[in-house]
Amino acid sequence: MWDYTPTVKEHFLNPRNVGDIPDADTVGEVGSLACGDALKLYLKLDDNKDRIVDAKFQTFGCASAIASSSALTEMVKGKTLDEALAISNQDIAEFLGGLPEEKMHCSVMGQEALEVAIAKYRGHEVKPHSHDHDHGPAYPDQEGTIVCKCFGITDVFLKKVIETNKLTTAEQVTHFTKAGGGCGGCIPRIKELIDEVMGSRQTEEPRKRPEKLSNMKKMQMIQEVLERDIRPLLWADGGDLELIDIDGPKVQVAFRKACAGCASSGHTSRVVEQKLRDLVAEDIVVEEVAA
Amino acid sequence: MKEIYLDNNATTKVDEAVFEEMCPFFCELYGNPSSMHFFGGQVQQKVDEARRRVAALLGASPDEIIFTACGTESDNAAIRSALEVFPEKRHVITSRVEHPAVLTQCRNLTQRGYRVSEIGVDSEGRLDLAELKAVLDADTAIVSLMYANNETGVIFPIEEIAAIVKAKGALFHTDAVQAVGKVPINLAASNIDMLSLSGHKLHAPKGIGVLYLRRGTPFRPFLVGGHQEKSRRAGTENTAAIIALGKACELAGRTMEIENTQVKAMRDRLQSELMARIPHARINGGAAERLPNTLNIAFEFVEGEAILLLLNELGICASSGSACTSGSLEPSHVLRAMGVPFTCAHGSIRFSLSRFTSDTEIDTVIRELPPIIAHLRQMSPFGREFLKEQG
Repeated sequence: MWDYTPTVKEHFLNPRNVGDIPDADTVGEVGSLACGDALKLYLKLDDNKDRIVDAKFQTFGCASAIASSSALTEMVKGKTLDEALAISNQDIAEFLGGLPEEKMHCSVMGQEALEVAIAKYRGHEVKPHSHDHDHGPAYPDQEGTIVCKCFGITDVFLKKVIETNKLTTAEQVTHFTKAGGGCGGCIPRIKELIDEVMGSRQTEEPRKRPEKLSNMKKMQMIQEVLERDIRPLLWADGGDLELIDIDGPKVQVAFRKACAGCASSGHTSRVVEQKLRDLVAEDIVVEEVAA
Repeated sequence: MKEIYLDNNATTKVDEAVFEEMCPFFCELYGNPSSMHFFGGQVQQKVDEARRRVAALLGASPDEIIFTACGTESDNAAIRSALEVFPEKRHVITSRVEHPAVLTQCRNLTQRGYRVSEIGVDSEGRLDLAELKAVLDADTAIVSLMYANNETGVIFPIEEIAAIVKAKGALFHTDAVQAVGKVPINLAASNIDMLSLSGHKLHAPKGIGVLYLRRGTPFRPFLVGGHQEKSRRAGTENTAAIIALGKACELAGRTMEIENTQVKAMRDRLQSELMARIPHARINGGAAERLPNTLNIAFEFVEGEAILLLLNELGICASSGSACTSGSLEPSHVLRAMGVPFTCAHGSIRFSLSRFTSDTEIDTVIRELPPIIAHLRQMSPFGREFLKEQG
């Protein structure tokens, strides 16, 4: 059983501000039925259109999602829009006396709904649903590229949550955002994002793809990228790969150890391919060959 | 607060007669059955009696019963043994709805170069026998399929499956943890090679399981060391628990009829009353043959953990296939394999009854659950949209 704090339990059993505001100034919606939780947040502003005078919510989700929504509505009432925007997901969790780490995504959902509602009110462009996956994006208003296809979560959003919460492992990112909690195919990308955000201070100049390459140079670079950027990633998951052959743009690799026969090796070859395209040449095609 | 315990597929109450039977084997009759003195010897006799009682419930011979520590150990031992006795065979078959005790092990095997086929189920949770026949071949070392599903209670046609597998020369193992004591099993007239059961699912304590191993089936032990269990499972016997399980099996033989009459009647009443009182609900696996004690019911537009915690406030103990209860982020693999729509997979609740369940307890759930669902739907944006559409 989850170890919920008394405040979480209290807000779950007696949620504040459930309902809607028919003449709300703005409404923020995040999540979906498929994802397992969703929040619709209504905000009513004062006559100067600056201070939040009322907030109501509807939530589909578990106890901590309902408690986080209830807490959020209590926290924003009486605040100006700018003050409300300063509320972080950590603040929501703290208001509740803490959340189990696996449930931190509930506080993130609350913060996100608030941000969406205020952005909408201020007339910021709200991006339409931009892809066709069954789940639909959890946070349709987020800019960026979808990283987690199962839960529709973008790189921009992930980087923000990683930075705000100082996350260092992919598991933490899953607990805070759900990303990586479905098929797990995006976990290598999440690790890269963590490195980008948390390691940004010490990383060297971002490497760029050179304009033109001789065949010899290209083969050398492919080998370098495999050794330096890809194999260490696979080792971390107990896997490995071996370069079998390079024929023009075609790079043949064989997966070893945990990667061999792994159900997601097809996905791994796509990751390898992307990395080689980013760092060596755009036309590279990675083929998996039997070990 | 008195609990209303409707989570018997998770674990059961130890029957008081079972507890009484095992009690002397802690402080008084604590001898080691392997010892060469009367003090151990008398315990050996009781262990033998327990073995006979377990065998009698299953229609097996006592020498086909190997005591283990749990259902998971039995499952692991069965699959590992099959791979060791057929080192040249590199294919394993299981199902997508299997308990993690089997499924995790099979999925790990793919990393060791085995081919693993996971047979699918239809929307009612029934196994796709055509798919099984299509993937089964001479390379298949073992087929491991559950007797009855722990989440939905759906029963697989195990005898029919066992015959299909036998014809292809593979070993057949069934995880019967949920079925033993609830459905009659007669291994004497069966093609099942190995079967797992777990004590705490049939009113014996936790920490005791059985692997049934058909006489003549090749076997390599999982635990090696001493000569216990005819060297098929080393380690000093958990004598008190073994004796408890013997008693529980003896009782189960007599109470199986109650499971299929009184318990089933209570389950059916709970099901029909909830369906009548709560719109937009569905029974997961409702059209399939099911265990008499299990009801898996899904409520649209609401989330399972929230339902469970509100039931918990009233002392009602159930479980959920929702993502949030387990800490994973997707609904149960069983419901997903059945293609249960996302609109209700997250709101699925499992009630599992036992012969200790009373009609009054069922009345309480029938009375208390509808307002809980209504409350959560009124709070859910999807529930409200739906209520509006309904006018």
